[in-house]
Amino acid sequence: MQTTLKQLVEELNFECLSGKACLERPAHAAYASDLLSDVMGKAQAGMLWVTSQVHKNIVAVASLKELSAIIVVNERRIDPEVLAHAEGEEVVIIASGLPAFETTGMLYKYLEKVKSEE
Amino acid sequence: MRMSYNIEGGDFSAAGRASSEVKRTLKQFNISPLVLRRIAVALYEAEMNVVAHARNGAMQVDIQPHYISVVIEDEGPGIEDIARAMEEGFSTATDEVRQMGFGAGMGLPNIKKNSDRMMLTSTPGVGTRLELTVNF
Repeated sequence: MQTTLKQLVEELNFECLSGKACLERPAHAAYASDLLSDVMGKAQAGMLWVTSQVHKNIVAVASLKELSAIIVVNERRIDPEVLAHAEGEEVVIIASGLPAFETTGMLYKYLEKVKSEE
Repeated sequence: MRMSYNIEGGDFSAAGRASSEVKRTLKQFNISPLVLRRIAVALYEAEMNVVAHARNGAMQVDIQPHYISVVIEDEGPGIEDIARAMEEGFSTATDEVRQMGFGAGMGLPNIKKNSDRMMLTSTPGVGTRLELTVNF
């Protein structure tokens, strides 16, 4: 079984802030980092990216690396300009509303569960 | 095919635009997604180096049938010790830039890893010139 961003958002009670039209993308693995060059160097295309960064440059990183979605942790407010830019670049931004540790823990558990059902 | 972009030092809101446009252009050609992503990473890091460190710069792109060659030149502080700058983890970025998640000291190593040829020259106090090639 493979899961989509849409199922993941519903299952984990996250909130999609941009790129709602792209929620059918698959979700299978994630990379967590607040260092942009670390993500550029080590994340793989199609991965989810967990971060607490909310400035405009996260959109370029996600788009250039063809990441599945950005998952923003905590209750960080994201500038409407950043969301509009993400929308234009077909970058999905999802808010977890939870700290990074809880967010990655939930994601890990969920993605492992999906994998075990394959 | 040749393209040229200006890069403004310190303008983080426009940063990534040149690399995104080059990637969009390359998508029209029959280039493997993997190679396309390598180019995107190398160009983005090079563009961000200008934004984070220099006053201004330019990216000149030359797309040939079997490779892409890019020159990124800037006017800025230059690099005192290139060997040191190439070390993973070494960075001279300001605290402000680091808070945005830049300045991890991985930019130049990422460029080297993702290009087939890289040449970096610099005159401290004047500027830096980076030339890279990625084969298709």
